[in-house]
Amino acid sequence: MVGISLADFHAMEQTEAELIAAVLKGNAASFEPLVKKYSPRVFATARRYARRESEIEDIAQEVWLKAFGKLKSFRGEAPFEHWLMRLTVRTCYDFLRRHQRNRESAFSDLTEPENDWLERFVTQPEVVSENADAARLLVARVLERLSPSARLVITLLEIEDRSVKEIAALTSWSVPLVKVRAFRARAEMRKILAKLPKHKYL
Amino acid sequence: MNLVELQRKLIAVARANAPGDNVPYAFEKRIMALLPSRATANNLVLWAHGLWRAAASSVAIALMLGAWVFFSPASGTNASDLSQNFENTLLAAVDQNLQAQ
Repeated sequence: MVGISLADFHAMEQTEAELIAAVLKGNAASFEPLVKKYSPRVFATARRYARRESEIEDIAQEVWLKAFGKLKSFRGEAPFEHWLMRLTVRTCYDFLRRHQRNRESAFSDLTEPENDWLERFVTQPEVVSENADAARLLVARVLERLSPSARLVITLLEIEDRSVKEIAALTSWSVPLVKVRAFRARAEMRKILAKLPKHKYL
Repeated sequence: MNLVELQRKLIAVARANAPGDNVPYAFEKRIMALLPSRATANNLVLWAHGLWRAAASSVAIALMLGAWVFFSPASGTNASDLSQNFENTLLAAVDQNLQAQ
């Protein structure tokens, strides 16, 4: 909350609650400031699970239409942002399940920069860059090959560094189920990495 | 190649490269334009569902009544008794007046 006083923060919160109340009373126009304020977070989350901008926009659109339709179920006990993030994560998970066929792409079509990055990793794992475009593409490829639940868990637990409890709240899975799925997801990821062109790197 | 190390490295790459949060121009306007049509569509869907349910239950009731009438023992006398009793009850006051005269 750097740069925002406590009073300002309360005013913002009150305004948000008022906006939601107005939408529930039938004033749909009050929904627009909420869309404007939280769309960056929705888009950032959607970009974790989809690559094409058209797909990302579809996810964001679905999130907001769902949010509008289900706003009555928002009880105001937790911040609106948390409720919206739960909805976003579940929509992204639904998207992954709908696009499972895309996981079939092979590693045989690795680009030259991706091959170079892997070769550098094999020879000098400590010095290989984490900011290279090739590394980013390779991560995207590996994540795309994971099953929907494995990808969700790896993203939330390992990449976004969320706790098991947080993931359980976001996904509506139980804590033991999150732990089991995390264990399986790591194993699945290693299995996928093992399929990298063996003659070159293993 | 150490797969565990490669996995750790790739996750570190993903962590170091958080996706952007840029929103397409006038995205909120697009959403707002979709909301009213969606509400109308929802209402129409609700009406359609309600009508289908009403139609299905009406057909079920009609079939049950039809079956009841068809399979119940046909007794013309009972039916005439019922209509006669109904007529007698309805015209009881008139009959009393006629008898009194």
